[in-house]
Amino acid sequence: MASARAGQSGDQTYPTGMVIEVTNSGLYCPAGDFHIDPWKPVDRALITHGHADHARPGHARYLATDGTAPVMRHRLGAITLDTLPYGETRRIGGADVSFHPAGHVPGSAQIRVEVGGEVWVVSGDYKIEADGLSEPFEPLPCHGFVTECTFGLPVFDWAPQAVVAAEINAWWRANQAAGRFSLLGAYAFGKAQRLLSMLDPGTGPILTHGAVENTNDVLRAQGLRLPQTIRVTPGTLARDHPGALVLAPPSALSATWARRFRPAATGLASGWMRLRGVRRRRGADRGFVISDHADWSGLNRAIAETGAETVHVTHGYTDAFARWLREQGYDVRIVPAEFTGDSLDEDDTS
Amino acid sequence: MKRFSALFETIDQTRRTTAKVAALAEYFRTAPDDDKLWTIALFSRRRPRRTVTTARLREWAAERAGIPLWLLEESYGIVGDLAETISLILPAPAATHDDGLSIWIARLRALDHTDEAVRKAAILDAWNRMDPTERLVFNKLLTGGFRVGISRKLMTRALARATGQDASELAHRLMGDWTPDTTSYHALVEMPDDTSSRSRPYPFCLARGLEEEDPAALGAPEDWHAEWKWDGIRGQLILRGGAHHVWSRGEDLMTDRFPEFAETLDILPEGTVLDGEILAFADGTPLPFSTLQKRIGRKTVPKALRTEAPVILRAYDLLETDGQDIRARPFAARRAALENLLGGLPPDAPLQLSPDLGFRSWDELAALRATARTMRAEGVMLKHRESPYHAGRRTGGWWKWKLDPLTLDGVLIYAQQGHGRRANLFTDFTFAVWSGETLVPFTKAYSGLTDAEFRKITHWVRRNTLHRFGPVRQVRPEHVFEIAFEGIHASTRHKSGIALRFPRMARWRHDKPLAEASTLGDLRDMLAHHG
Repeated sequence: MASARAGQSGDQTYPTGMVIEVTNSGLYCPAGDFHIDPWKPVDRALITHGHADHARPGHARYLATDGTAPVMRHRLGAITLDTLPYGETRRIGGADVSFHPAGHVPGSAQIRVEVGGEVWVVSGDYKIEADGLSEPFEPLPCHGFVTECTFGLPVFDWAPQAVVAAEINAWWRANQAAGRFSLLGAYAFGKAQRLLSMLDPGTGPILTHGAVENTNDVLRAQGLRLPQTIRVTPGTLARDHPGALVLAPPSALSATWARRFRPAATGLASGWMRLRGVRRRRGADRGFVISDHADWSGLNRAIAETGAETVHVTHGYTDAFARWLREQGYDVRIVPAEFTGDSLDEDDTS
Repeated sequence: MKRFSALFETIDQTRRTTAKVAALAEYFRTAPDDDKLWTIALFSRRRPRRTVTTARLREWAAERAGIPLWLLEESYGIVGDLAETISLILPAPAATHDDGLSIWIARLRALDHTDEAVRKAAILDAWNRMDPTERLVFNKLLTGGFRVGISRKLMTRALARATGQDASELAHRLMGDWTPDTTSYHALVEMPDDTSSRSRPYPFCLARGLEEEDPAALGAPEDWHAEWKWDGIRGQLILRGGAHHVWSRGEDLMTDRFPEFAETLDILPEGTVLDGEILAFADGTPLPFSTLQKRIGRKTVPKALRTEAPVILRAYDLLETDGQDIRARPFAARRAALENLLGGLPPDAPLQLSPDLGFRSWDELAALRATARTMRAEGVMLKHRESPYHAGRRTGGWWKWKLDPLTLDGVLIYAQQGHGRRANLFTDFTFAVWSGETLVPFTKAYSGLTDAEFRKITHWVRRNTLHRFGPVRQVRPEHVFEIAFEGIHASTRHKSGIALRFPRMARWRHDKPLAEASTLGDLRDMLAHHG
């Protein structure tokens, strides 16, 4: 049992109820002796989804949804990984565990943990709007809800996906008409594929950076339908693909990699693009406000729908969001996370 | 408003200057005259008077959004721009409108001296009828500081393109003390210039910095005129129509602040415009900038202050003589005319010629430059003898060759987030020096680091906060920065008793141990030596 936190004799625990505790390795279920998305190596890790800040290397055993498994194997290599379909319950020690769609990226899950009739749900990252690609978010009744709050301020309000899709396609066509390439920056796993599903492939060729295309390969292999894309290789000539839209991780847009596509207009797709200052600092012409996280009203709706009285907030504007929830009558605790508040500029999955 | 907010959006969605100018020019070709006039006014920092306080705006917006005020403030801290924050939290509009920019501005101005209930109803109604971009623009009108990435220079270039006029002539027309109430688009831009505005200054000729370059690359020393770079306020003195006007480079009319210059009406001919530096000056030498500072903030001047901090204009260029614009003539000719004009003036006149440094080699000039601080100058200016008085900053004619800054190594002790483009980054820092075992704050600094360095220090600040005082974080003393500044003087307004001129972060001294940061003693030595 104790091996889960072997070598961490100074490990503090914060009692947070019967079911889920917070240790300095991350969220921990003592009844089942497992961690959820831990940031330090543990014996058994339940993983909500494949993003780097949730699925980390070094755990002895992993458990995730079957939809998340291929990406994790792609990223983490040879790991001991067991999978579970959505909705199926597994008994681990004294806990009943099941995975449910979180709507964040394909395969992503909320993890429901029931111990002695008390139900806790760890949301991982989630969004409410169905994106047509990820399994749609499923509200789960529970006593305690551990929620992210990456965008837990009222300034974050997302337009429907169709509206953003129309903006991006109009931008692409306008660039094309002006003889410019469209360089669109987005995180390689999740956001990039969602954007692909939003693009109008009739407009022109879609070129992809290797990091994006590698993930496309993984997701196509598990049955996801994505439009046709062309991988950019060292031999790719821009003039062979006039009017193309080029999809790449944000960091590639400012690198020499992108220089072959000229002239070009640049765009970034992220929830942070809601803030003008961030977009200007990131040096993009256009910012498309589209996120795989819940916006302010989404967070509030999701929390209300769980019926939970106890809410633990993590990842994001935890201080402000906790105070807001307390004023709404919830019992709230802030779960410290290893990384907080930095995603604004390092912008990975948002 | 739709047309103006569409312009704003287009400008905001591109980083290419040509696209910005094209969008503005198109606007100037198609918008109604009243809107164009206000657009010119806004982009030349002539915003409408504020009729609603930001405190009320915050309250009303929070109420409308259904959130507590503290949450709006928290959001503002993250967004970094109040106008934008409000536009982001408000619910979607329920109605529409077709009114233009000038109509909305007129509505805003009509709110002056009305009841709070009337103002609130008007603002809520406006928010309820505008789309998010219009709201942002509208809120920026309300909160002042209409800075949206368009310089006056770009605006002028676009207007020149739209109207087929010469850009520098247009720049001149747009100077001066007009407001949209005192002129019309036609009178300001299209009517033949009848010198209707007698007080109108010329666009200032600006120099480029030579710090990074070798002056020898400028060619033969004899082609260049050199003089001290004075540390005062750049000013233009205009004598026309029996009156005098004093303008700052920031286009503030400062005539009443410097009554000394009324006397120049008696000693200089009508139709004269001088460019120079306003300096606090006594017994033949400039006084420290801090003395001049006492005069800057005041609209009128008590007699005692005039005695304590008398000012003069150190003239270095002649732009107009006998009512003729001579800016196109070579510098040497203008300088000769200036020397001629000021030649016979009494020594106590509030006008002094900026002396010619008369150097023969670049080495000689470099040696002179090194002594600038003893002359209370910031360095030297170089002006090509053939150069015209051009509008704005251009490469070639004028160079400023400033002194190397003074430096100290300070310890970062407080950090605060920036605004606008720097929102959500820690960019505003307070630095301390050692006094025995304790750290004493001595300056703030906001600039000098790269975006990457700001991100890095932001990351660190979040993890090393000891205390929070509102938006200010006290951090663990660990990092040493080289602080560069242009001058140092005693100050009763600063806790340390010392104030620096233009402090900025020159380098992040990763190599410097905390204990080796500068001391209060170093600071005092520097004050004694340079203050």
